[in-house]
Amino acid sequence: MKPGARFAFRLYVAGSAPNSTEAISNLGELCRQHLPNRHHIEIIDVFREPTRALEDGILMTPTLVRLRPLPEVRIVGGLTDIAAVLSAIGLGARHT
Amino acid sequence: MKASSRARIRRTPKAPTGIVGFDEITGGGLPRGRTTLLVGGPGAGKTLFALKFLVHGAADCGEPGIFVACEEVSRHVIANAQAFDWSLGELQRRKLFFLDARPSLDLVQSGAFDLGGLLAALQAKAAKMGARRIVFDALDVVLALLPDEAARKRELYRVHEWLTARGFTGVITAKAGCEEDQCVGEPPYVFMEFMLNCTVKLDHRMVRGVSQRSLTVKKYLGSAFEENEAPFLIGPRGLEVAVNSAPAEPPVSSERVSCGVARLDTMLGGGYYRGAFVLVTGSPGTAKTTLGGAFALAALRRGERTMIVSLDSSGSELLRNLSSVAIDLERHHRSGRLLMSSTRTVTGNAETHLMRIKSLALAHRARCIVVDPVSTLAAAGNERVSQGVLERLTGWSKSLGITLVCTSLQRESEEISDIGALHAASLADTWVHLNHLVQDGERKRGIAIIKSRGTAHSNRVCELMLRDTGVTVAE
Repeated sequence: MKPGARFAFRLYVAGSAPNSTEAISNLGELCRQHLPNRHHIEIIDVFREPTRALEDGILMTPTLVRLRPLPEVRIVGGLTDIAAVLSAIGLGARHT
Repeated sequence: MKASSRARIRRTPKAPTGIVGFDEITGGGLPRGRTTLLVGGPGAGKTLFALKFLVHGAADCGEPGIFVACEEVSRHVIANAQAFDWSLGELQRRKLFFLDARPSLDLVQSGAFDLGGLLAALQAKAAKMGARRIVFDALDVVLALLPDEAARKRELYRVHEWLTARGFTGVITAKAGCEEDQCVGEPPYVFMEFMLNCTVKLDHRMVRGVSQRSLTVKKYLGSAFEENEAPFLIGPRGLEVAVNSAPAEPPVSSERVSCGVARLDTMLGGGYYRGAFVLVTGSPGTAKTTLGGAFALAALRRGERTMIVSLDSSGSELLRNLSSVAIDLERHHRSGRLLMSSTRTVTGNAETHLMRIKSLALAHRARCIVVDPVSTLAAAGNERVSQGVLERLTGWSKSLGITLVCTSLQRESEEISDIGALHAASLADTWVHLNHLVQDGERKRGIAIIKSRGTAHSNRVCELMLRDTGVTVAE
């Protein structure tokens, strides 16, 4: 992965379920710290857009999808384990 | 809690499954608007059961359905179901939807999650197609992703609440990891059983090399049900559960039909009763098959469509052997009035034999059936089920007024009190026993009527004579 590459995320949440709220805030925090000015986050509430969940094959919420850089990576859960998330999206200790 | 206690007072409405026999033992099917747990080991038939429930709903009850495939890819489920005549392709256009919910192998987890996404997606789809039935196939696979028992319970509860609140009739299938008695600790599905309204357990085991399947309704809130284990088969129409249907009294006939041997008719006080179950027992070589053949010939001469099921020799051998004692069935076989069905295998599942006999007899419109020898059904591996099979065979033939003659092999050493594992004698209306007699240094065949319900029959032991001119009984 190129250093300084732009990251695009899509986060599927289920209304204001505690784990969804948690995921939104954890993702925001992570991006501010590790990807300042080079990230984009789209949040989809499956309660409001259920057909998106169906079409995109989202079973568990919250689900974070790293759209860019490719390939797509999916992480489920409230993103509480920051080290695991960083490693999964390619920003782990090894990558920097 | 209120809702469930009210339901117990009212008669629980049912959602028919269309599975032959199952709707009968549950008084109409699965609990409508509630959720049923279907448990069983691998290959027990859970997916097939669940799919048939959806297909029947969509095709015959005006209740579209959704199949959530948590383990197998849905196209495999569909491909496997092509073996049955369910018109899946046609249904899939509007009334049946398959949702792939197989967790991806490389899924990364971080923190708490739930099935909110799946349920939201299902809700959208269900509303769009007007679904009433929903199956979660192998939900245990998805639940296994959750970190602990509490989370698994919570998510099952979520699914259950979601189904119930919307009035869907749900089926959740899950693997029974091991037999309860061999399990260390609680089997993984036990908490599901407590939570859901109805539990059906499917079982598949090999008994001395013979495949035996059975089904048990373990729990059914608000309904009476058959609690005993019921054998089932996977046949051309899918699952078929064997039930001892003893509903309306079968028509009782006082008509007599010839047994094919004039003197024996006299001994019986006029022949067998139409629609009776006749048992012919004897050791090898006592002419049991001949007596069956004589009955078949008499029936064919009366113009009645007849079927001979041979479980130990080929049809042509049987015809040749019978023709040596002037029982010429060849002509009737050629004309199509006589159907010969033979399987020379003593192995295989007794339920399968029964199903084959029934479907052949129905297609042939048989009025008389000979099964030779029925004792084959009790061969190795079928000991546990053979008696039930015979009960169902005789119950079925009686309900249709078919006269059934079964021969049964009995060793000389065996008591004439009952016949091996089959306990056929107690079911028989007429029981004819054949044996070897030694008289004047000659081996002869003896024939005796041990019982014949509703007839004044002879109590004598007579000699049965086989000649190239025919079969007779000596004075």
